[in-house]
Amino acid sequence: MGDPVTFIAQWLENLLLGWGLSPQWVTILMTIIGVAAIAIFVLLVDILLVWVERKVVARFQDRLGPNRLGPFGLIQPIADVIKLLIKEDITPIGADRIVYNLPPIIALATVLMLWAVIPLAPTIVGTDLDVGVLYVVALGALGTLGIIMAGWASNNKYALIGAFRTVAQMVSYEVPMVIAVMVPVLLAGTMGINSIVFAQSPVWYVVVAPVAALILFISAIAELGRAPFDLAEAESEIVAGFHIEYTGMKFGMFYAGELLHALTISGLVASLFLGGWRGPGAEAYPILGVVYFFMKAFFLYWAIMWIKYSLPRIRIDHMLNFNWKFLTPLALIVLIVTAILDKLFAGFPEWLYVVGMLLANLVIIWLTVQILRNRAKVERKRVAEPGPIAAPQNPSVSSTSS
Amino acid sequence: MIPLSWYLVFSAALFAIGLFGVLARKNAVAILIGIELMLNSVNINLVAFWRYIAPDGISGQAFAVIVFAVAAAEVAVGLALIISIYRRRGTIAAEEIDMLKF
Amino acid sequence: MSGLQIIFILVAALTLGAGLLAVTVRNLVHAALWLILALFGVAIFFVLLNAGFLAVAQVVVYIGAIAILMIFAIMLTQQVASYKGTQLNANWIWSAFIAVVVFAGLAWILSSWSGFSTLPPEMSARADPLRQLGSALVSPTAYVIPFEVASVLLLAALIGAIIIAWDRK
Repeated sequence: MGDPVTFIAQWLENLLLGWGLSPQWVTILMTIIGVAAIAIFVLLVDILLVWVERKVVARFQDRLGPNRLGPFGLIQPIADVIKLLIKEDITPIGADRIVYNLPPIIALATVLMLWAVIPLAPTIVGTDLDVGVLYVVALGALGTLGIIMAGWASNNKYALIGAFRTVAQMVSYEVPMVIAVMVPVLLAGTMGINSIVFAQSPVWYVVVAPVAALILFISAIAELGRAPFDLAEAESEIVAGFHIEYTGMKFGMFYAGELLHALTISGLVASLFLGGWRGPGAEAYPILGVVYFFMKAFFLYWAIMWIKYSLPRIRIDHMLNFNWKFLTPLALIVLIVTAILDKLFAGFPEWLYVVGMLLANLVIIWLTVQILRNRAKVERKRVAEPGPIAAPQNPSVSSTSS
Repeated sequence: MIPLSWYLVFSAALFAIGLFGVLARKNAVAILIGIELMLNSVNINLVAFWRYIAPDGISGQAFAVIVFAVAAAEVAVGLALIISIYRRRGTIAAEEIDMLKF
Repeated sequence: MSGLQIIFILVAALTLGAGLLAVTVRNLVHAALWLILALFGVAIFFVLLNAGFLAVAQVVVYIGAIAILMIFAIMLTQQVASYKGTQLNANWIWSAFIAVVVFAGLAWILSSWSGFSTLPPEMSARADPLRQLGSALVSPTAYVIPFEVASVLLLAALIGAIIIAWDRK
């Protein structure tokens, strides 16, 4: 009885077959029921996330957070949803009606679609696509599209600036993200996410490839558009960016999509590097796997919130420099080193393989820190030197040629 | 079961639409959109022939992957050219870019 | 008519309609969005053709990179909202004629070919096209040279695009 979901699914399938439906129709019906079940479950978790987010940020800022409605303020998100539903729904003048109304749907739908490939337990998985990792990247691209559509159709310059920033950010950070994702793919020899979880049998990949895990985590935060990478909706500069014109439930869908995206990406990183549903007894009792999975996912979600509420927003040129001059080269080096060592250590015993990989990663970290330290030294010297301050200009040489 | 002919007729139609876009549009970006449609119809043909005629080999898919790479390169350079021309001439209508030298 | 055929017809109608709108609508951002819908339809065709990898790669490369780049270029190069004139040039009737002739010609040539209405052979259960494709692209006996040439081409395009679009002031 460790696997109630499969049990119920089998029972339902037999019931439907007993009604005299043809097997084809039963397959279609079961798929629809499965999709509805996972979507409803995920959306319920999403409502809970609103409460978690508000409670955690309150604790970080030394406040109490919602505590009036229900025990510990647990009913608060329902009240939030009701408030959003009864707000006026405004479409700005000059907005492109259809293009304006599509993005909230895209924002939530692309995130929901990600749950199709994320394994909750060894047997509870929507579908183990053989291109699962690439599917995740593709849906990320669709999410970017939604944000651009929102920014353009709002007929608002702040929204458009937010959309431009989004293109610069998301398309750039996709590069190190994809390269970092390639490392577990390379180690497991497959792109299916459940197969990657199965392949992490002696140790999790975070032990074998810690640098790749860190790169993936950082670029995933950028992909989410969360602080410190929240330039697309920077409240203090462009007053919420791409969703400035959205009101009521349309804004609510963006908000829900953003929160759920954070949890989804956490679940994905947990599946790729932290062993997903792996834990003591998870293979025998798959229902335990769901618990382990959500523990890991919520741990990473908490880490994302921790970063969000501790760091200031970075400037756009720093953001791009950090990506192209630091993350991308580092990810390429890690991928190449991992590929070479994977071939070199192929015949070695398991523990030697793990230790070798770990040592290689530590060497990469050490070298990176050394290079960064040298850079910082040079930079500090440059800043410390007195620059030319208001030198008297020679009037005969006009310096306006630039 | 879908016969091969359906895919071939479909991709011919998509190719014709793309061709119309390339020939009839003024704006250089719109011409690129037509080119993308034509490349996609070619890709459908490649993959359809792989699936129907030679599913044991992999040539059709490998060609399609290389078409992807070429399309990406073409769009990157094409759009860079368009932006560069726009900066100098203030227009990207293909018929107004008629000087050979500027 | 089987379910697969109905899906084919629906997706084909969607793709062709979106393609037609992409090359005719006046607003270029709308044209790019219709193009995205057409590209998505092509991705569904790849799924129908058992080429899952290409379907996902289509979404990543075309929608995630090419189409977004196009929208970006459209926004950078003109006042989209203000331009209301025609987007077709004077010869568009001749262009339409040529396009129809090309379509008719292709269809006529293809229909006289003996393998025109081949049915798909069964995919053997052991075949793994994804693995095959992966090893074919890096195998010296297959496609390693085209693959490397494609990567050099991409690098050249990357550098070329930066140099061309560089704003020297």
